[in-house]
Amino acid sequence: MEFTIKNARMLDGAIVDVEIANGLIKNIGSGLNNGEILDAEKNLLIPGLVDLHTHLREPGREDSETVATGSAAAAKGGFTAISAMANTFPVADTAGVVEQVYRLGKEAGLCDVFPIGAVTQGLNGNKLAELGAMANSKAQVRIFSDDGKCVSDPLLMRRALEYVKTFNGIIAQHAQEPALTVGSQMNEGIVSSKLGLAGWPAVAEEAIIARDILLAEHVGSRLHICHLTTAGGVDLVRFAKARGIQVTAEVTPHHLLLTDDLVSNYDPVFKVNPPLRTQSDVIALRKGLADGTIDIVGTDHAPHPTEDKDCEWQSAAFGMVGLETALSVVVKSMIDTKLMDWQTLVNRMSIAPAKIAGYSKHGQDVAKGSSANLTIVDTSANWIVDRNTLASKSKNTPFQGMTLPAQVLHTFLNGELVLRDSKIIKSGIGGSN
Amino acid sequence: MDKHLLSINDLSADEAIQILNTASELSKISDGPMKKLPTLRGRTVVNLFFEDSTRTRISFESAAKRLSADVINFSAKDSSVSKGESLKDTAQTLQAMGADAVVIRHGASGAAQRLADSGWISASVINAGDGTHEHPTQALLDAYTIRSKFPDLKSDFSGLKVAIVGDILHSRVARSNVLLLTKLGAKVTLIAPPTLIPVGVVDWNVDVSYDFDSAVKDVDVLMMLRVQSERMADSFFPSEREYSRGYGLDIARLNSLKESAIVMHPGPMNRGLEISAESADSHKSVVLAQVSNGVLIRMAVLYQLLGGAAFTGEVSA
Repeated sequence: MEFTIKNARMLDGAIVDVEIANGLIKNIGSGLNNGEILDAEKNLLIPGLVDLHTHLREPGREDSETVATGSAAAAKGGFTAISAMANTFPVADTAGVVEQVYRLGKEAGLCDVFPIGAVTQGLNGNKLAELGAMANSKAQVRIFSDDGKCVSDPLLMRRALEYVKTFNGIIAQHAQEPALTVGSQMNEGIVSSKLGLAGWPAVAEEAIIARDILLAEHVGSRLHICHLTTAGGVDLVRFAKARGIQVTAEVTPHHLLLTDDLVSNYDPVFKVNPPLRTQSDVIALRKGLADGTIDIVGTDHAPHPTEDKDCEWQSAAFGMVGLETALSVVVKSMIDTKLMDWQTLVNRMSIAPAKIAGYSKHGQDVAKGSSANLTIVDTSANWIVDRNTLASKSKNTPFQGMTLPAQVLHTFLNGELVLRDSKIIKSGIGGSN
Repeated sequence: MDKHLLSINDLSADEAIQILNTASELSKISDGPMKKLPTLRGRTVVNLFFEDSTRTRISFESAAKRLSADVINFSAKDSSVSKGESLKDTAQTLQAMGADAVVIRHGASGAAQRLADSGWISASVINAGDGTHEHPTQALLDAYTIRSKFPDLKSDFSGLKVAIVGDILHSRVARSNVLLLTKLGAKVTLIAPPTLIPVGVVDWNVDVSYDFDSAVKDVDVLMMLRVQSERMADSFFPSEREYSRGYGLDIARLNSLKESAIVMHPGPMNRGLEISAESADSHKSVVLAQVSNGVLIRMAVLYQLLGGAAFTGEVSA
């Protein structure tokens, strides 16, 4: 299938035609007209976004999301590669489960789905899962994480960091000291004290980050810090990088925009783990993302069915959906605030995550010979978030009713158009349920 | 306070005083021969209790009945809630039965507000204690009790010195009292070991002391909080005895109080832990007055929420 994207705006402002064939960018120039034509109307053409932190819920919780519906949400959000976290039922701690998720991703065919393997069996924090078997499976797992839970045992964390070196793997740590966060419901501070909700103190994140960067230094391994939320955590990562430790860090869109005072009405749509923090944390995270201390944005897309949020705070599930709003929220927090330009956004949301994970067909500059994993964005559009129009099976967006900048128009996966005019065009998949 | 009473923050100082004044007027009737008012005849008040609290429940029940309301008691222990029915389903069931007001006691902070805000029901919601958040009618009855002992205060509590002692971190009584007493102008000092003071206390407009003996000497009101035994298991303090030595109201501390000072406790008391038997039974203790005032305050709240106005002494059917 051949395609020509007419009148695409490149990051440097040039207006070009881009010819796509056999999954690759065959040519970039002007006056190109081969194959099917898509007029980009001078909207911005960038490499497809890459998410290293997605919860797809399949197998086990297909009532909240499936690989197919999550893939549709990803394509709508401009993502061409997502990484499915391991906390499914059963847990993705064997070659069998990661291959199942990988296969489901292929079948959906809306974005590349790369499974993340569990670090420990059943995410129980006691015993290593068969990391090598998952690495050598068809899914070729390279990222391992117990996300949702912290690998809190320091010796087990050390072993995991060492063990994955054989296949250049990386441990993605959910940094949360469990003993400091028993029963925790939200950020510990002014707001939690007022609301009488058990606190999740910043130090519970910072203590694990401090420990793990020192472990990574000691054993010379790669460490990835998931969803950084605290100003202190940013400082620790900055310190680690200055020492030459191989650490990368991630921030979610919601932690770049939302603060813990939103919890004041006890609406569980704002309940998330790690929790929303304070304005000074948000400022530190934005600064860290702008200066590269934080390498990437990861959505932590966490779908939950209505009944798990339509209840009292304490009973509600942690998590927010985010794939379809990620780009817009990052634009609002980082570009509209003049902290970052579009090239840097592309680095943080596509190039750097693809590099960390080794997704070789993703995160390539838009150039002749690159894989045609692309997305086209109307950077001047504004849209209002309506949870009922989300492609995700779950509707737990904290941005409901908010006006956000920048809209994803079209997405190409390996040279195939999967999203056109903000609509999934592959039949039988996607839509609002 | 338009429709619900979820938090002391729902009340202005004037509105809080108005509730105290309504309770004062109602007390005149309670002391008279005809204790019942017809005001809420035909209205239904549901006591929805997800936690055991016999005293709070019977206080609300008695208040509603004295206003001639029909009362339904719904306790989680002998209901379908223990079989996994959600708060939403329970609330909607009660709504379908025609509840005009729901008095809710729940172990989760914010449960009352969720009930009021979520669109599940249309009844008035009264918070009878939600988790470690608030217990607004307790603060109102405490303020009423204080005013009855210090009649000069009327509508302004400035000059009054109140100390609240004990597990501030987990206490909904403390949160509501801090909000109400500071709103009315009183000076509040919290006394507890640092482990039982919330980190956000800097925002509370109160003084904090870790030293009971030095902080207690010139207070007018000493409010003792119940200490839950599980706090010791969680290492908030080393032992019951150490807690009691540092923060219990023993006879020596009782005797160091000003002559005019009063001792309060929301109940139930752990005699010998946070309060000695002598202190609990001393003439300074107003614990039983708190209980009887509780009924008056809850009558006043129901009267204003469901009757739509402050009570001025005029009885209308």
